[in-house]
Amino acid sequence: MQINLNNVEHRYQKDTPFERVALREVNIDIPSGTYLAIIGHTGSGKSTLLQHLNGLLKPTKGSVQIGENTIQAGKKDKNLRAVRKKVGIVFQFPEHQLFEETVLKDICFGPMNFGIPEEEAVTLAKEAIRKVGLSEQILDKSPFDLSGGQMRRVAIAGVLAMKPEVIVLDEPTAGLDPRGRMEIMDLFYEIHKEAGISTILVTHSMEDAARYADEIVIMHQGTVYEKGSPREIFSKSDELVTLGLDVPNTVRMQLMIENQCGRKLGQICLTMDELACQIESLLEGGVSK
Amino acid sequence: MMDKMIFGRYVPVESPMHRMDPRAKLLMVFIFVFIIFLANNIPTYVLAAAFTFIILRLSNIPARFLIGGLKPVFYLILFTFLLHIFFTKEGNLLFKWSFIEVYEDGLRQGIFISLRFALLILITSILTLTTTPISITDGLETLFNPLKKWKLPIHELALMMSISLRFIPTLMEETDKIMKAQAARGTEFSSGPIKNRIKAIVPLLIPLFVSSFKRAEELATAMESRGYRGGEGRTKYRLLEWEGTDTVLIAAIGVMTVLLFILRA
Repeated sequence: MQINLNNVEHRYQKDTPFERVALREVNIDIPSGTYLAIIGHTGSGKSTLLQHLNGLLKPTKGSVQIGENTIQAGKKDKNLRAVRKKVGIVFQFPEHQLFEETVLKDICFGPMNFGIPEEEAVTLAKEAIRKVGLSEQILDKSPFDLSGGQMRRVAIAGVLAMKPEVIVLDEPTAGLDPRGRMEIMDLFYEIHKEAGISTILVTHSMEDAARYADEIVIMHQGTVYEKGSPREIFSKSDELVTLGLDVPNTVRMQLMIENQCGRKLGQICLTMDELACQIESLLEGGVSK
Repeated sequence: MMDKMIFGRYVPVESPMHRMDPRAKLLMVFIFVFIIFLANNIPTYVLAAAFTFIILRLSNIPARFLIGGLKPVFYLILFTFLLHIFFTKEGNLLFKWSFIEVYEDGLRQGIFISLRFALLILITSILTLTTTPISITDGLETLFNPLKKWKLPIHELALMMSISLRFIPTLMEETDKIMKAQAARGTEFSSGPIKNRIKAIVPLLIPLFVSSFKRAEELATAMESRGYRGGEGRTKYRLLEWEGTDTVLIAAIGVMTVLLFILRA
């Protein structure tokens, strides 16, 4: 499903002394099936932006087109349910949203809200719990008896069970250990590839943006600063630093190597494998000082 | 949802009222709440209104914001006004239309009571709008300090108050976050049949309770590990300073009291 943001502006607490512009003149097109990463410094408007993607916030100017539904500033919308069914959001620390007596009930909560009958919801829940790498035995437990990592996975399963066409992720791995991070990120990538689900990832981790995204949007002071493929974005390391952002570790390593031996590598390396290949060919060609 | 709420909210601008000692403001409001009941004729009400107006002007709060925030109370005031008009049947009959009869005393009472109500709300809002919650607590603690003689746990009460005030924004933020997370999972909080909306409270309240208990425990641990052991011998980081303007404010409210006694019918 395609999402277009047209000239979106958002002001918090409009018409009070606390009024604050969080977004201005944001134009982003997200074609169906894209993996988009949104990066930016704290307070750059990332979180506000992602809440526009399923009508949790409404633009104060401009419009957001989500599939066939348009959410326009100043207009009443009736089809928010339809939009929310198609766009699933995994918030930061999603385990805070768990509330049911059992894991099964909690995962079924979303699908059943959207009118899916109970038996079908249970099937979806079982499918979802397997997808996030937990066993079905956990379904009968109370979500409050689980470990932090398990709770996170259950909460994610609750969103996946809704079978969304677009998944929006807000720092889904915050507070997890490195291994848990990798597993969760790989899981989302798998789902993205498998079902062709558009994925929008808001992240502080440049490594994740580099590794998974087809396209990266840099947010700065409430507006889109730059848009491009990971290679394009991370080739401008100086610019990123002035925005208070970082480059992925692999790119930092690459820059160090290039500085040391005074030669450029063939391409910007986004993963460790790419970097290894480039270093290999550099070594084969011989290092000339 | 809470965008336009002004009760208990602090507006960080610069003004003479903002700079005053919280004790002076608290005393002023406390006295005002009593003496407003002395007003019972036109001169006394004009005096009380003028006093409120001057305080308002000294507080630098945008009038538009104040009026917008008081809208919910406005309906309450209107309601009391109508009650007085329709149910007081004394004095001269001013107006009659089928079963509706308006008497002179009813009209007068209606206007006076609504005005008293409005002035009370304005003056108390000015207190919270110009004073941070933490200084209100500090002010209360020092004002009530003499009561310690009677073994009243003033420090503990003040601490309780500042902790609850401190966590109101956090709780609001948390509420907003969880509401959004559940809305994204298809819960309808603001539309749909009333039965569903009441049911929607459960997925909101349970996570809120869980996180509140967790937070309380963490706070207690953090306080203990930093050696907190009650108010005994504790010094203050924020010292309250009583200045000339504070004395002026108290003097002004004193003069008001005297004038109200003289002018009242």
